[in-house]
Amino acid sequence: MQRIGVFVCHCGTNIAATVDVKAVAEALSHEQGVVISQDYQYMCSESGQDLIKNAVKEHKLTGVVVCSCSPRMHENTFRKAAASAGLNPYLVEIANIREQCSWIHKDIASATDKAIILGKAAVAKVNLNTPLTAGESPVVKRALVIGGGIAGIQTALDIAEAGFDVDIVEKEPTIGGKMAQIDKTFPTLDCAACILTPKMVEAAQNEHITIHSFSEVSAVKGFVGNFTVTIKKKARFVDETKCTGCGLCTEKCPMKKVPNEFNMGLDNRTAVYIPFAQAVPKVATIDPNYCLMLKNGKCGVCSKVCSVGAIDYKQTDKFIEQKYGAIVVATGFNPIKLDKYDEFAYSYCPDVVTSLELERLMNAAGPNGGTLLRPSDKTHPHTIVFVQCVGSRCDDSKGKQYCSKICCMYTAKHAMLIREKYPDTEVYVFYIDVRTPGKNFDEFYRRAVEQYNVHYIKGMVGKVSPKADGKIDVQASDLLSNEQLHINADMVVLATAIEPDKSARPLATMLTTQMDTNDFFTEAHPKLRPVESATAGIFLSGACQGPKDIPETVAQASAAAAKAIGLLCKNSITCNPCVAHSNELMCNGCSACEKVCPYGAITYQDKEFRMPDRTTAIRRVASVNPAVCQGCGACTVACPSGAMDLNGFSNSQIMAEVDAICK
Amino acid sequence: MQTFTYYPGCTLRTKAKDLDAYARSSAEALGIALVEPENWQCCGGAYTTATNEPATKLSAVRTLMSAKDSEGLVTVCSACHNVIKQTNYDISRNQAMANKVKLYLGLDEAYTGETTVYHYLELLRDVVGFDNLKSKVIKPFKDKKIAAYYGCLLLRPSKALAMDDPENPSIMEDFIRAIGGTPVIYAQRNECCGGYITMEDKEQAHKRSNAVMDSAQSMGADMIITACPLCLYNLKKNSGSDMPVYYFTELLAEALGLKEVANE
Repeated sequence: MQRIGVFVCHCGTNIAATVDVKAVAEALSHEQGVVISQDYQYMCSESGQDLIKNAVKEHKLTGVVVCSCSPRMHENTFRKAAASAGLNPYLVEIANIREQCSWIHKDIASATDKAIILGKAAVAKVNLNTPLTAGESPVVKRALVIGGGIAGIQTALDIAEAGFDVDIVEKEPTIGGKMAQIDKTFPTLDCAACILTPKMVEAAQNEHITIHSFSEVSAVKGFVGNFTVTIKKKARFVDETKCTGCGLCTEKCPMKKVPNEFNMGLDNRTAVYIPFAQAVPKVATIDPNYCLMLKNGKCGVCSKVCSVGAIDYKQTDKFIEQKYGAIVVATGFNPIKLDKYDEFAYSYCPDVVTSLELERLMNAAGPNGGTLLRPSDKTHPHTIVFVQCVGSRCDDSKGKQYCSKICCMYTAKHAMLIREKYPDTEVYVFYIDVRTPGKNFDEFYRRAVEQYNVHYIKGMVGKVSPKADGKIDVQASDLLSNEQLHINADMVVLATAIEPDKSARPLATMLTTQMDTNDFFTEAHPKLRPVESATAGIFLSGACQGPKDIPETVAQASAAAAKAIGLLCKNSITCNPCVAHSNELMCNGCSACEKVCPYGAITYQDKEFRMPDRTTAIRRVASVNPAVCQGCGACTVACPSGAMDLNGFSNSQIMAEVDAICK
Repeated sequence: MQTFTYYPGCTLRTKAKDLDAYARSSAEALGIALVEPENWQCCGGAYTTATNEPATKLSAVRTLMSAKDSEGLVTVCSACHNVIKQTNYDISRNQAMANKVKLYLGLDEAYTGETTVYHYLELLRDVVGFDNLKSKVIKPFKDKKIAAYYGCLLLRPSKALAMDDPENPSIMEDFIRAIGGTPVIYAQRNECCGGYITMEDKEQAHKRSNAVMDSAQSMGADMIITACPLCLYNLKKNSGSDMPVYYFTELLAEALGLKEVANE
């Protein structure tokens, strides 16, 4: 026989102003199994909790129903209170009569009726509750960071600082990411390389950090605390352990016409290359698409000049397997392709460039040694037009609906730097809105306008027409003066929208994490859990979660590290006991549950069963890994034979709730 | 030989006879039979897309229905194509409109967009194939720099017309390559030619058509091609430029060695 206590909270006036709490307590006192029903002003307060604890002891309660706020808010509080009084915490149920009742209704009578019904449903469920015990699973004390940009580097450094081993997997030959390509950073205008490269070196030298450059994650198995990851180390045809990074091979390589990715294709590199002078690791890589030896078997110059014998044309992709307790995703972003924006003539006019290309054009290590010259004829541009929101804030299928967030600031930076260095250059910026929230950001933009006389014009560019004389006609509208403008420009810079790196989606599938429609990773809670994914043990760092500037990325990277460290500090983790389990006698091995499980928690096993006629038979049955299962319940709905059930939310419990509501 | 229904439209019978004649002779040479429906009427003109009134759609639907049982309806004039294809797109998504049209026309069952509409360029790309066309070229336009002029009607609205990317199209450039020429990419290739404004404001029409011709010529074009009779008119008569303007079908016929045949 159940002995249930009901506790109705006023939540000050939050509930009591709309719901007659005394009437709720009175009505629920007549429900099956209820031995005590009380109301109190603040049930979550210490004295409120004492009320529950004392009642558990005094009335020897076997179940508790708290009619209060959302279980997200205080379920844990009341479970802890019950546990301290000796009751299994999973025998506590919450009826949400605040968010789902008092806050959304105005009429006291009907709100009270609804609160009573919600309370009855909770009582009906708790009548069927069984004590649950959380299991434990060990934690491997090593973290994996996927992506070696500033986000990944910062996360790895912070985790290493706490004393844990951490591996960085970077798909490019060097770590550094997009920040390595940037010239100066806003709003302080300090040199990006000067603040990034020391961190790259620090990561390389840290005894706790292992960098797998030119590598990709190819498979992920396991669960929080115990992931097994296969890392593909792509063949770079150079022995990393022997190469000293002297660069002699890159000087001698005869294949000199390979578009240089690091300079956004604005100049060429050789087939054997080191991406940039400060690359980490400073090891050469051979590009098999261009290497004459690998393509035709004729050349071998690099192998001849290499004094340490590091060149290895026979190298193949290698796969290594490693166990990790936590995984941090830091896959970053890319500018979008501009194929669909040819009104800006990007595809056929070399003097129309993206902002990232402009970074390289202005960088001392860039194709022009830091002198801003037009790519077409290497002359100094006297009129430059910036177009903001190219592909951002688009309501059509061409671009992205979101604001890329960083463009207003870097465009102000570019405009200011150009006016500073080349005062004879006129700079126009076309904008929809100028968005500068951030410390010292608006001051920075005002400086570009007021001190540097950059012409900010509200309006969009409609057409960019390259002319025969090499000039570019920029046709635009000035929305404030309602005029059509034609600007005779030398260069046009497109502030291109950013999107998540293409590697993110297949990775999300491997990690069973969620993404939004734009392929940004979805955080577990947009406000309260911004650096965790909904999958336990997977954390998010940097622009893979949404557009971010450098300070924000670094802050989030450190936050993700803190969360990962919190996990790695534990020797074992408590599992959620509200997981699915399969009744093997009812399971027919159809795989329906396995197919719907978003976490890969269900596997099939051949098991021996004793049959009624005393024979034994081998049957294929589902088995749930409780450490991986997140208790979403998808399998219980998919199971055609009713073999799958969820602890704490069993089919019978849910039907009892429904019955209580419909009664 | 594949058989398509061929809708010439009014202008091809009057001002744009070349566009029509070269299209027919070239199709035959490429193994495509074009059959003109009997007693065809106006495509519906600019009225169909401007209003929800079913009466404006009747003409286009009548044309579309005439091709229901063939492999598809082929159009050449950009304006006819735009009107007919848009009407087909709209009516396939608007059952209520299809029913109203059915009542107006006294049909047994409603027409709901069953006909596939091809622009002649799409016929070349999707049915003949540009590689196949290239192999049949007898007189290639070697060393000729040819600018493709799309105008406004051929590509937009892009969802309904679904021919090519409206900002960065390639179908006419691919056509130019197939007939042995070198395409010239220029900024104004999909901008307005001035359109009907020539009726009331010659100065505006001149400004627009001149911008197109100037842009193409400055990028080194020897000639310009179009699919639209109105574009051809504006570029020739209003631009003030003396760069030659041709219908794309004329170049096609010439490349296939049919120009003299058609002129006879």
